[in-house]
Amino acid sequence: MNILPFIKLAVVAALAVPHDGALPAGKLNVVATTPDLASIAREIGGDAVDVKALAKPTEDPHFVDAKPSHVVTLNRADVLIEGGAELEMGWLPPLLETARNAKIAAGAPGRVVGSQGIRMLEIPTSFDRAKGDVHSLGNPHFLTDPLNAKIVAAQIAEHLTQVDPKSAALYAANLKKFNATIDAKLAEWQKLLAPFKGAKIVTYHKDFPYFGERFGLNIVENLEPKPGIAPSPAHVANVITLMTAQKVHVILVQPFQNRRTAETVARQTDAVVLDVSQQPGAFKNTDSYVDLMDSLIRSLANALKEAK
Amino acid sequence: MSKYYVVAASAAAFVLSAASLGAQQPPDSTSRRQQAAIDSLAAATRALQARVDSLERARAAAPAPPRASGVYMNVSFVGLTDFAWSSQADVGSLQAGGHEPKVRGFSIPNAELALDGTVDPYLKAFANIVYQLDDKGETSVELEEMYFLTTSLPGNLQIKAGQYFAEFGRQNNQHPHAWAFADAPLVLTRLLGSDGLRSQGARISWLLPTPFYAEAMVSVMNSAGATTASFRSDESAAIHGGMSFDRAVKGMGDLLYIPRITSSFDLNDTQTLLLGASGAFGPNNSGPNASTSIYGADLYWKWKSPTANAGFPFVALQSEYLTRRYDASRRYAVDKYATVLPAETLRDGGMYAQLQWGIKPRIVAGLRGETVDGDKASFVVPDRERRTRVSPNLTWFPTEFSKFRLQYNYDQRRGLGSDHTVLVQFEFLLGAHAAHKF
Repeated sequence: MNILPFIKLAVVAALAVPHDGALPAGKLNVVATTPDLASIAREIGGDAVDVKALAKPTEDPHFVDAKPSHVVTLNRADVLIEGGAELEMGWLPPLLETARNAKIAAGAPGRVVGSQGIRMLEIPTSFDRAKGDVHSLGNPHFLTDPLNAKIVAAQIAEHLTQVDPKSAALYAANLKKFNATIDAKLAEWQKLLAPFKGAKIVTYHKDFPYFGERFGLNIVENLEPKPGIAPSPAHVANVITLMTAQKVHVILVQPFQNRRTAETVARQTDAVVLDVSQQPGAFKNTDSYVDLMDSLIRSLANALKEAK
Repeated sequence: MSKYYVVAASAAAFVLSAASLGAQQPPDSTSRRQQAAIDSLAAATRALQARVDSLERARAAAPAPPRASGVYMNVSFVGLTDFAWSSQADVGSLQAGGHEPKVRGFSIPNAELALDGTVDPYLKAFANIVYQLDDKGETSVELEEMYFLTTSLPGNLQIKAGQYFAEFGRQNNQHPHAWAFADAPLVLTRLLGSDGLRSQGARISWLLPTPFYAEAMVSVMNSAGATTASFRSDESAAIHGGMSFDRAVKGMGDLLYIPRITSSFDLNDTQTLLLGASGAFGPNNSGPNASTSIYGADLYWKWKSPTANAGFPFVALQSEYLTRRYDASRRYAVDKYATVLPAETLRDGGMYAQLQWGIKPRIVAGLRGETVDGDKASFVVPDRERRTRVSPNLTWFPTEFSKFRLQYNYDQRRGLGSDHTVLVQFEFLLGAHAAHKF
């Protein structure tokens, strides 16, 4: 069987169909790996961009399926915004390999790596998986600090401007607006949490250190004994002892984490399990980054007040 | 730095207040002046604190120095240890795959060193070097895969070239590390070869401009060697029962052509379906002009909870159907002296379906059912007899970097009866974090 004519036909057809090229009066296709990055991109890009997030708001950003539909989304992207610091390393590389899109290749103007420019916390001094699944570039959950959101927003504005210079003024204006909103909100949030400075809380995963640092909260322990390692009975017992001794009454759990373990611990320590998310859209009325942080901080302030 | 400011300010405050105390003034005016001094110092301290805070913030905002997480290349090593016991003493006669135990007891069926990285702005590359221990403990080394992949061709095209597992069906180009069972499906080992369909060649792929995922590709490969079992393989007697004919490559038609089209749909937010159709066409060495055609269809469906914890719970169904048409020429039989086997068309086929249920984080239960069969021919070889197998298994992943698996095979071979096999696997991964394809 001679297949060469088919190959030639396929090649000709592939070259005949217009894929790339200028978007005819269209919007910039911006793809973000997670909904929090997508929300910030929407604030900065405004009407000039069309933003899609790959991970669902309730999905664990470490474990997103590399679904073929994501390949299509990435293939047509003008800009890709990733969190970086190895957050997406389990699923983004094979998607990019199949997506074959030079516009969003590493180092291209269309590729934004959120963690670049962030003062990362918990950068390991040695690489040893006996310590769990530690990210070698530091803790990737940095957007819980609103000041980091400003840094990422500035990066997004810079890259959007490079890719689409004609909307530069819009991006600059939106960035200014976003920064002003964050500054105003941050003052408000800090005031809300000020009465609880030094308050002790427990989180399921090591996903709130940036938040704790910004708002002066003391995250004394995690339900996971080590990052990415499921809670063991021995570790849970230790956490219960610690929480009782230190009078810790709030446990933060995200939608994709094991709530049952948190409930068990809460029952024995007279604590509350507080359902929170770092992703806009996981709960009602949290569709933007600012709304999400607002809801997170208000519910935490309430929980801490009741626990007092 | 901030500490020095505060210390200096406090020292200044102390000296000033001491000085003012020393001066003999009326008490009320003294305390007023002291109060004024303290107030002005407090204001100065507040201003300093504000400045320190803003400096701290600026430091936080300053970009951290870039850190490389690797050295231009990801290196990883996967080590697999199996323990097998079977009602059949010759375990290898049941477990035909290249990465399966051949003896009762322990075996090391796969130890692979994987290297991958970006070559330059245009290419990525991948190499896989496999170490295998045979049943006598002798180690052999094999260059299993080595290829480059383009990253920025126009027209949504991509070229891959080197030695690689052909993109035929779903499991053929997966490494044992990614398999859901301890052994390869019967229909794949029988129709594509014990170590899969793998050769030296090049592949062009085109991502179609459709709103859903659709990819068309074709590989052109060398048709000879141990890993092209249904084509010009030295071990082709296992298929056609005759002496193999030493045929040379005369034209492009003597190469192997492997087209594939695959498409995927998200049925909803939690369910994804992946479909594919493949073909493999090339010469076989039962005679000077004989050829083989293999056709395959594959399906993969997965449900994952919208609030999955580390990817669990999930349910996945995978199935492949393959059929082969092997045109055998007139040839001398291998097992009967001076007997000529007639020219004939040998049709073989089979399928498997496997269900995986990720019950809770790190635990997966699996069930696979499969069958293979070949039509009647002028000779009899075990590799064309009807065979069915049912395999339940249970896998525990302590982390993403290790796994334990327990599997049972109920095996029924026509003419040979049934066998029971238990397989235990332990696998570890060192080095670069594995990324998982869908």
